[in-house]
This record gives sequence, C-alpha cells and structure tokens, in this order.
Amino acid sequence: MSTIASPAGLILLALAVPFAASAVIPLFRRRPNLREAVTLIAAAVLFALVLAIAGPVMGDARPQWAGIQVLPGVAIAFQVEPLGMLFALVASALWIVNSIYSIGYMRANDEPRQTGYYVCFALALGSTIGIAFSANLFTMFLFYEALTLSTFPLVTHHRDAEAMRSGRLYLLLLLGSSLLLFLPAIIITFMLAGTVRFEPGGILAGTGGTLLAVLLGLYVFGIGKAAVMPLHRWLPAAMVAPTPVSALLHAVAVVKAGVFCVVKIVVYVFGLETLAAAGANDWLVYVGSASLLLASCIALTRDNLKARLAYSTISQLAYIVVGAALANATSIAGSGLHIATHAVGKITLFFCAGAIYTALHKTEISDMAGIGRKMPVTMTAFLIGSLSIIGLPPFAGTWSKWVLALGALDAGYVSVVAVLMISSLLNVAYLLPIVARAFFLPLPEPSAGAAKLQEAPAPCLVALCVTAALCIVLFFQAGVIENLLAGIFASPSSTG
Amino acid sequence: MSQLIAQLPALQVVVPLLGAVLVAFCRGGRTAYFVSLLVSLLMPVVSGLLLWQAIIAGPISYHLGGWQPPWGIEYHIDVFNGLVLMMVSAVGALVMPFAWRSVADEIDEDKQAWFYCMYLLCLTGLLGIAATGDAFNAFVFLEISSLSAYVLIALGRDRRALLAAFRYLIMGTIGATFYVIGIGLLYVVTGSLNIVDIGSRIAGAAAVYPHAVIAALAFITVGLGLKLALFPLHVWLPNAYTYAPSVVTAFMAATATKVAIYLLARFAFGVFGQAFDFRTLPVADIILVLSVAAMFVAAFVAISETDLKRMLAYSSVSQIGYITLGIGIANKPGLTGSIVHLVNHAMMKGALFLALGAVVYRIGSARLSDLAGIGRRMPWTMTAFTIAGFGLIGTPGTVGFISKWYLVAGAFAAGQWVLVFLIVGSSLLALVYVGRAVEVIWFRDTGPAAARATDPPPSMLAPILLLMAAVVYFGVETSLTAGIAERAAALLLGGLP
Repeated sequence: MSTIASPAGLILLALAVPFAASAVIPLFRRRPNLREAVTLIAAAVLFALVLAIAGPVMGDARPQWAGIQVLPGVAIAFQVEPLGMLFALVASALWIVNSIYSIGYMRANDEPRQTGYYVCFALALGSTIGIAFSANLFTMFLFYEALTLSTFPLVTHHRDAEAMRSGRLYLLLLLGSSLLLFLPAIIITFMLAGTVRFEPGGILAGTGGTLLAVLLGLYVFGIGKAAVMPLHRWLPAAMVAPTPVSALLHAVAVVKAGVFCVVKIVVYVFGLETLAAAGANDWLVYVGSASLLLASCIALTRDNLKARLAYSTISQLAYIVVGAALANATSIAGSGLHIATHAVGKITLFFCAGAIYTALHKTEISDMAGIGRKMPVTMTAFLIGSLSIIGLPPFAGTWSKWVLALGALDAGYVSVVAVLMISSLLNVAYLLPIVARAFFLPLPEPSAGAAKLQEAPAPCLVALCVTAALCIVLFFQAGVIENLLAGIFASPSSTG
Repeated sequence: MSQLIAQLPALQVVVPLLGAVLVAFCRGGRTAYFVSLLVSLLMPVVSGLLLWQAIIAGPISYHLGGWQPPWGIEYHIDVFNGLVLMMVSAVGALVMPFAWRSVADEIDEDKQAWFYCMYLLCLTGLLGIAATGDAFNAFVFLEISSLSAYVLIALGRDRRALLAAFRYLIMGTIGATFYVIGIGLLYVVTGSLNIVDIGSRIAGAAAVYPHAVIAALAFITVGLGLKLALFPLHVWLPNAYTYAPSVVTAFMAATATKVAIYLLARFAFGVFGQAFDFRTLPVADIILVLSVAAMFVAAFVAISETDLKRMLAYSSVSQIGYITLGIGIANKPGLTGSIVHLVNHAMMKGALFLALGAVVYRIGSARLSDLAGIGRRMPWTMTAFTIAGFGLIGTPGTVGFISKWYLVAGAFAAGQWVLVFLIVGSSLLALVYVGRAVEVIWFRDTGPAAARATDPPPSMLAPILLLMAAVVYFGVETSLTAGIAERAAALLLGGLP
C-alpha cells in the first residue's frame, strides 16, 4: 500500500487509469450506459489522483518516478513540476466535463462507432498526462506521438472522404513536423548536453547563440501541435471531428500539449537566462506575434463557427508561445495562466457550437440570426466564454493577458503589449458579432412565429454551464494558479 | 559438455548442413519439415551461447580441423558477428512454425521436402558467412546461400518467380564473381585469406601496391553491394521478394541482405580500415550518396506500389540505405545505428512480411485494394502489421526509433547537418507508405476479398506476435540490441571515435 501512495505510485496510477479505461471500455460495447460510466469513473479517478499529486507539488516537492532506461542517458521517466501539474489539472478536470457533454452530443446526433470514440478519447487523455508528467524530452516525445496517433481515429471519426482527407493532413503535419524537426532537435540537444532531462535553469548553458536560435526554431516548428503559423493548417482541418473532440482535444489537450511542450522546453531545456542572454529568442517574439495577429484576422473571415473558433485558437496559442519567447519569469507565468484560462474559455465556446449543431443543425454563423431566443442558456454561456477570451473582467482571460503584458514590459517589448491590445480588439470583432446576431437579430421569417426554447440535451447544457462558470471562478481564484506557477522558479526538493 | 561448448562455432554451421543432407533423403514434406524445425529451433541456442561467450570472454577463435590460422580456416566470433548469427538463427527459428501451413498452402506437395532442404542450405550459408573468419570460405558460403536462395525464390507459385529468380541468379553471380576477384587481389598482395590476418598485413601491402588494394576494395564493395541490394544494384530484389513464397520473403528480407552488409562492414573496417582511415576514402562518400539515394528513391517507389509485398520490398531497399548510411558515416554512433538497424529491421520486416504471408494464406492476395477493411477481420495480424509499420516510420517506443536515434546522432557528430534532415526526411516517406496501407486496412469498409478472412491459426500467428512484441520490447529495453551494437561498433572502429 505504501508503494501505491508514494509519489511514484500516484504518478504511475494516474497514467494507468486512462489506459486501463481504454482497455475496459470495449468490454461494454453492447451496454452503452455502462460504457459511459467507465469513462466517467476513469475521468473522476484521474482527476482525484492528479489532485492528490498537486498537494505536494504546491509545497515545492517534485514527485518523480525514475523510470526505465532506454538508451544510456535516455529514459522513460516522470517528474511532476508546476507547469506539468497545471496542464494535467486542466486536462483531467475538463475530461470529466467533456465526457458528460460527449454523452449528450454523441447520442443526440446518433454518431456511429461510439465505443471506438471513447477508447481513443481515453488513450488521448492518457497520452496527455504522459506529456504533462514527462521528466525528459524522450518521454515527452513518446507521448506526444502517442497523442497524435490516438487522436487520428477521432479526427477521421466520420470516415467519409472529407474526414479522411483532413485526417491525412492532420497526421502528415503533426507526425511529419515532429519527425522532421522535433526529433533531430532532441537528438542534437542530447549530443550537446549529454542528457535530455528537464532541469531547472536548462541544460544548454554554454551553447552558441546561433545554434540556440536554430534549435529553438526546430523545437517550435517541430512541435506542430502548438500550431505556430505556417504549421497551423492541421487545426482547422481537424474540425471535421465531432464537436466534443474539437472541444477537449483541439481546444485543450492536443493544442495545449503543443504549447506546453514549447514552454516547458524553453524553461527546462534552454533555460530563461541562457536563452535571453544569447538573444536567441527574439525572432520567436516576432514570429509568434505575427501568428497571433494573422490568425485573428483570418478568424474574422470565417463564417463556419468551428473554423472561426479554430483560427481563434491558433491566435490564442500564439499568446502562449510569445509568452515563452519573452523568456522571463512573468511572461512564463502568463503563458501558464493562459493555458488554463484559454482552456476553460475555448471549451465553453466549442461546447456551445456543438450544442447549436445538435439542437438546430446550424454550422454557419450567418445562419445563426436570432438563435439566442431559442437557446438563451447556450448563447449566454457563449457570451461568457467570448468575454473571457477577449480578456474582460470578471472573466478568467483577464489575468493571463494582464500578466503576459507585464511580462512583455519586463522584457522591454512595448510592441508586444500593443500586439496584445490589437489582438483583443480583433477578438471582440470576431466573437461578439456572433452573440449580437443571436440575441438582437430576429429569427428568419418561416420560423419567426415558433420562437420557443430549443436547447441541446441536458448533459450538453450542464457541461457548458460548468465551463462557463469556471471562466468566472478562475477570475477570482487565479492566485492559486499563480502560486503554483511561482514554484517553477523556487528551489525544488525531489521526492521519489 | 565443455567439449561440446568448444565445438559450438562449427556446430552452428555443420548442424544445418547435415540437416539439409538428411532432408534431401526425405520423401515426404512432413519428415522434412520436422527435421528443419528441429534444426531451426536448435540454432538460436547455439548462437545464443556463442554470443554470450563473445560478450563475457571476448572473441572466440575456432580452428577448423585443428589447422592453425592463417593457413587453416578459422571461425572468428566476436560481438559483431555473434549478434548477426543470433539474428539470423532467431529469424530462422521464428519463420519455421509459420512455414508449416504456409508452405503446405503455397508449394506443391512433391516439392515441399525439396523446399526444406534448400531452406536449410540457405540457413547454412548465411550462418557460415557470419561465422567464418576466412575470406574465401565466406565466398563459398555466399554461394551456398545464394544458390539455394535462387531455388527458394523460383518455388514461388507465380510463374514470374522464375524470371525473378533468374535475374537474381545473373546479378548474384556477377556479385559473387566481383567479390572473389577482390579476394584474389588481396591474396596476391597480402598472401593471406584470413580476414584478421589480411587486416594486419594490408597496411604494408598498400604501401607497396596501393592500386591493387584500392581495386580490391572496389571489387569487394561492388560485389557485396549487389548481394546486399545497395542502390542502384537493387534491381533484382523487388521482384524476388514479391514472387517468392511468403516464408522465403520473410526469411530473406530479414537475413540475406543483412549478412552481406555484415561482410561489407567487416571488410570496410576490419581490413581496409587498417590501411586507410575509411572516412577519408571516396568509397565512404559514394556509400553515403548511394544510401541517401536508396532511402529516397526506393521510398518514393514504395509509395506508388499497389501490391503490399512489392511495397515492402522497396521499403527494404530504402531501409538498407539506412544501414549502409551508418557505414558511410563511419563514426561510433553512426555505425552503432547501422548495426542495430541490421537487427531491428530484421524484426520489423520479419513481422511485416509474415503478416502479409498470413493475409496471402487467407485471401490469396496482397494487393492493397483487396485489403480494404481487413483490420477488423484479422485484428491481431493487422495490429502486428501496424506496429511493425510504425517501426519503419521510427515512432518512439519501437525499434525503428532506436536506429534512427543513433544514425541522426552519428550524422550530427560528423557535422553533417544535411544528413540529419535527410535521415528524418526519409522517415516522412515511410509515414506516407505505411500510413496509406494502415488507412486502407483499418479505415475503409471491408471489401469483398477481405470479408471472409480471419486471423490465421496459432502456429502462424504466434511468430507474427512474437516479432511484434520484439519490435516494441527492443524499442524500450535496448541493452541487448543497441548495447551490443555499440560494442561491435567500438570493436570495428578500433581507436576511432
């Protein structure tokens, strides 16, 4: 019993739960209620385990599992530090909400292959936790690829020509970029540093500035999941998936895994001092800012709601990348905070998009005139999510943009502050018209008389209300996350 | 017992040879099969013991007939050929249980005993090449394995197998001739046929007869290049693999070319490396260029193939490019990658070709269009196919990743940035051709051809699953593969980094 309760035991158990669930779910393929119960139980147990690990991490401990050596100096090993802790908390908490939403959505839309869907979902979550807890680049890479592979069947869920075409693009861009750039970057890091472990302060001290800049480029573009332009095309393509997949995976788990990897590598492989001193991060500030603004502009032009949200995600991910590129303690805290706040905001928006599709079968924004009257709860949640993404108080997004702006000033980049402000305006321009159209325009003529309530099924509604509420809760509780993230730069004590 | 242990190097070769003779007297396929099975299962035990001894106690030198080297034939077994012996005999043992039903299905009853006889001869030849420390003896075994391989390929039920075997015969004979010319030149300038002995004399000989030594290097490289299907000398391979019986394809893809690569590495570093720094020779650059060409051209062809057996055959040419690339890079991580890929590729291609063999056994075709949705009908077989396919791409957690890790590290250590990206770029092409197959197998609706297929019987499924397990196991626990390969690379390079 003592081994299970030990930090290493908890980490392994947290990893085992989703994978075990994926093995158990097919056993109940003829009993849908039991099958969904397995998912919900696994999600709840996972969240409890992650919470149990969070306690010590808040107290500056670094629970770890020494792992299996694969090659000399390269191992499959886990160590939980504040950033990974935060990411695991966000992913595992939202998995519960998203599972509830999935049940409503998948059944109401009578989707095929639901067993496979829940299996892959559990695998994807297991991979996400693996990424969050990874103690070195190799482990991170292992689960990074596992996440791509396990989400492929979800993207191609409908198996029609369009889904397969998007799936191919998804696989080619994500797996391709990781094999072509991420993997060489890891091996080069290993050759330079003699290790691939994440160490406070980084492992690349003493490396030349040009090489650092090139290496950073290999990482940033090799981690295609971060969707830095021009490697963002897979994300809009992935929108062919059922909406709960877009919500949890392509607004939270997969994309956040990408930016999380970037931030973690900047902090623990390059080291903030090393990077900033060499000036190897400057280019990324500009590339990230460009990605940030461009994606917002493209979002303005998209009429398909999910496509608009996807481009919005690309833009918001760039915030986090820019935060990493600014390479100071404040900006990293801003990036970490944005991982959490954007997650709750964007998942709310996707839940709403899925609810609209389920209830009214509408996907284009231009068709959504007056739907606020039919779906007041959904559209109110959409408004809350939008305001949080824009960054207005009292919603969670306020703080992350605030801290990011402070980080930009710390780094002496006034221009980045300007970029953040312009982007917020663009957010207003592409999100609020949707709400305004829903509430203030009349319904189209034929159905004008029948403006009765027509909300999505209860599980969907519950889920989107919970995440909308979280947007507000996180505004008042952001201090907890900031405290957790402050631990990145505290002197840690390892416990095995 | 210790007497028997001392005779292991000879037993490694003599047992299959005697087995082949015994099988030649068998009438029925059944007796022939059981003799072959017994011999095949015994071989990994012998090579396991040999490898273990080589690791613990250093190289084993066995004097055939008690004649002292360099006059007598010496079997010289160190960690490098110990590993190769282990790989060949393990693959031999794994394909044998599979062979029973597959051979019964694909080969006429009156030819089955003949088939097993040839199979054992081929095994003898391959093990002999790896075990012997004598350059001419290696030629003899090269011919034994090649001649029996021509017969094995010609036994394929498609009539085109005959043409494929004939083409292989022509090219293989040219290769063997070139090799023996090279040996002859070396014998003239050094007066020795023992590989270690030639190595110790070649520096002196090269000072006197530099052109003869360079000519010998050229002849041996081209001769072995034909045998190992180094691009562009690979043209015999795709048809041979496509039309040979399934068991033969799996066995040969995993072992035959590898043994020739072993011999090439042995000559490159054990002989010519003693006279020159191999890296400074133009041949190293030529090998690099041809390897990269193989990795890309063959992979592009693989992408366009519609028959999976043929696709995998071209993939083999591409993967052989990785192995020879490490020889061309010629530093410790690069050569380690090369040697470890020798073994890793055997596992992956063994699993892939056996899985296809099971498909052919069930539906009689390996055409991609006939395999639509077959994943749901043959889930275990196709899971193995998929995982081994991931290995070809080099996803972490599979053996392919380990190979790629060392090769990229080698290229980086050599300062060859372009090579770094060419290596990973080629795995992108593997992603395309494996991904295409995986998509058809799992994500299409089940077609008429695949509708009635099921997983094959346990005797066929077990080897496939074992190889699949090896692809994953040795992707995580690498001390037995990469660990030994690293020692072998250090041995070959001598003092070089």
